[in-house]
Amino acid sequence: MSLLSIKNLHLHYATNSQPLRAVNGVSLELQEGEALGIVGESGSGKTSLSLALMRLLPKNIAQLSGEILIGTQNTLDMEESEFRRTMRWKILSMVFQGSMNSLNPVIRVGRQIEEPLELDQSFNKSTIEERVSSLLDMVHLPQEVRNRYPHELSGGMKQRIMIAMALVMNPKLIILDEPTSALDVSIQAQMMNIFKDLKWQYGTSFIFITHDIGLASDLSDKIGVMYAGKIVESGNAQDVLHNPQHPYTQKLLNSVPNLHSETEPNFIEGEPPNMTNPPSGCSFNPRCDFATQKCLNEEPIKFDIDNKHEVFCWLMDEKS
Amino acid sequence: MKLENISVTFQARTGLFGSVNVKALDQVSLSLNKGETLSIVGESGSGKTTLGRVSLKLIDPSEGNVLFNGINLNTMNNRSIKNFRRKAQGIFQDPYSSLNGFMTIYEILEEPLIVHGYKNKLERNEIVNSVLDAVKLLPVDEVAQKYPHMLSGGLRQRVGIARALTLNPEYILADEPVSMIDASNRAEILYLMKDLQQKYGVSYIYITHDIATARHFSDKIAIMYAGRIIETGNPREIIDDPLHPYTKALINAIPAANAKNRMIKREVILGEPPSPSALPNGCKFHPRCPSVIVGKCDTIDPKATYIYEREVKCHLYPDSQST
Repeated sequence: MSLLSIKNLHLHYATNSQPLRAVNGVSLELQEGEALGIVGESGSGKTSLSLALMRLLPKNIAQLSGEILIGTQNTLDMEESEFRRTMRWKILSMVFQGSMNSLNPVIRVGRQIEEPLELDQSFNKSTIEERVSSLLDMVHLPQEVRNRYPHELSGGMKQRIMIAMALVMNPKLIILDEPTSALDVSIQAQMMNIFKDLKWQYGTSFIFITHDIGLASDLSDKIGVMYAGKIVESGNAQDVLHNPQHPYTQKLLNSVPNLHSETEPNFIEGEPPNMTNPPSGCSFNPRCDFATQKCLNEEPIKFDIDNKHEVFCWLMDEKS
Repeated sequence: MKLENISVTFQARTGLFGSVNVKALDQVSLSLNKGETLSIVGESGSGKTTLGRVSLKLIDPSEGNVLFNGINLNTMNNRSIKNFRRKAQGIFQDPYSSLNGFMTIYEILEEPLIVHGYKNKLERNEIVNSVLDAVKLLPVDEVAQKYPHMLSGGLRQRVGIARALTLNPEYILADEPVSMIDASNRAEILYLMKDLQQKYGVSYIYITHDIATARHFSDKIAIMYAGRIIETGNPREIIDDPLHPYTKALINAIPAANAKNRMIKREVILGEPPSPSALPNGCKFHPRCPSVIVGKCDTIDPKATYIYEREVKCHLYPDSQST
C-alpha cells in the first residue's frame, strides 16, 4: 500500500474575477522510503500542492476536491483538530522555502525544537533531552547551539534547525519546499547529504519541491513535472530525466546550463499561463513547438509509456 | 577597466562603543578589456557585490585604484565623474525593487537622459524607443506606457537592462541579474545581454553565484572567497580543471540532472565561510580545506602563482614562478 496517494486533487482560489486554478487535477503516489521530486516554474502550483497536503491553506478557497490518502485515511475529510492531533508533524511535516526566517527571534533555538515534544504525553524531561540532542546530531549541528538565539546563527545553521524541527515527531514523510533556495551551493550540498542520510538510514519519505531539475535529481527516485496546476509528466527519475517525452520536460531540461559541456542552454519562450484564464486544450500549447489543432481544443489525457512513466500529451497518441 | 590592489574596510559596531574593522575586500586586482565579460563567482559574503560597487564608484576603496580607460577614479574631478557615471551603468538583482513603481516604463527610461542633459524631447523619445526595441520589449508604444507591476519578472529585468543602455555606456555591472528569474528564462536574459554586447561593444562584469551560467556567458572567471580572488582563468579551464580546492568544491556541489545523483553522497566541504570580521590566519580557506598543509596554510597567506593563463592563490601550487 502506498504511504501517500493523491487522487484528482483540485485546489482553486477565489479571486475578484474567475477562480485561480492553482492545482488542477493532480494524481500522485508515493511509497514508503521513496523521494518524489516535483519540478516546475514559479506559479505552476507546486507550493499550493504542498500546502494542501499540510492543510495549511488560506481562507479564500473556491474549490478543494479530490482525495489525499495517507494510508487509507482521506485527510480532506478529517476535522482540523483530528488532523492536528494525528497527522501534522507526526506523519507528515514540512520545511518551507526561506523558513529560517520563521524562527522566533526571542526564544533560544533549543526551546523551539523541544516545544512539540513537551505537548506530547509520552515524553518526559530526560527523553526530550535525548531526542533534541540526537536531532542536532542528525543535522550536524553542535550541541551548544541549543542555547543560542536565531540571530546568532548563520542561514545554513538556521535552516538545519528547521530541518531538525520537521524531524522532531519522527514523521514518515517530509515535504521540502525549495529548502535550499536561499542558501549557498556549498551549504546546499551539505543539506542534500543530510536528506540522503535520513532517507537511507531511517527510510524517511520525501516530497521535494524545486524549480531546479538538477537539484531534484540529487534526491528523487521519482519525478513529477508540474505545469499550470497539472502534473504533465511523471515517472522514475531515470525515465523522466533521460528519456523525457513531454515537450515541456524536454525544454525544461534544455534550459539548465550544463556545467561540463559546451552545449549552450536554451530557454522556454513565452510565459506560463494565467491560471484564472488558462488556454483551452493543453495549457502548454501557446509555448509548444508541436502544438496541433487537437492540442488547442482538447485537454490531453494520460498516456502510459512504460514502467509507470505517464505523460499528458497528445503527441503520445500519434506514437502509440 | 582595471582594479589595482583594491581593499575595502568597513567599520562594524560591536555593542555601544566598540567597533571592529571588517575587511570586505583584500588586495583585489582585476582587469576587464573592451567588449569582454568577466564573471565574478562567489558565495554570499565573499565580497563580490562590494567589488561591483567599487567598480561603479558607489563605494570608494580604502586602498587601491580603479582605472577606467586609464583614468584613476580616485583622483577624477567632478566633471569627469559625471562623464564616468554616464559610461558605467548597473543592472541589479531584484527586478521588483530596483524600478520605481510610481513611474511608467517610459519615465524610468527617460530619467537618466534628463539627468544627463538631453534637452531635446524628441531625441529622448527616440532613444527610449530604440532601447526598448533593443531589449525586445515589444510593442514599444504599449510597453512604454505600462507600470513595472504590470510586467513579469523577466520583462522587468529587461527594463533594467534597457535603463542601463539609455546612456550608451561602455561598461555595465550586472550584479546577479538573473538569480530572481525562473531557471527556464535565465538563458533568455543572458543571451540578450550577449547580443547587446556584440551590437554596442559594451563590457560586463557579471556577478553571480551560479558558476554554470558563468561558463556559458563569460570570457574570464574570477572565483572569490572571503574578500579575495583565489583563482582566475578562462571558464572552460576553470570548470574542467579547477586548481584551488575551493573552486573544486564549488563545482562538485552543483548537481547536473542525472538520475544517478541520488545513489551517491556528494563530496562536500564542511563548515561555512568565515565571518569577515574574524578571518583566520594564513589562507582564509584553510579551516575548511580538505588538502590543508599544516604549518603552512594556517600561517602563511598564499601568494598568486601563475600556471599558463591561470592565476591561483594556494600553497598546493608553489612551484610555478611566484610574484
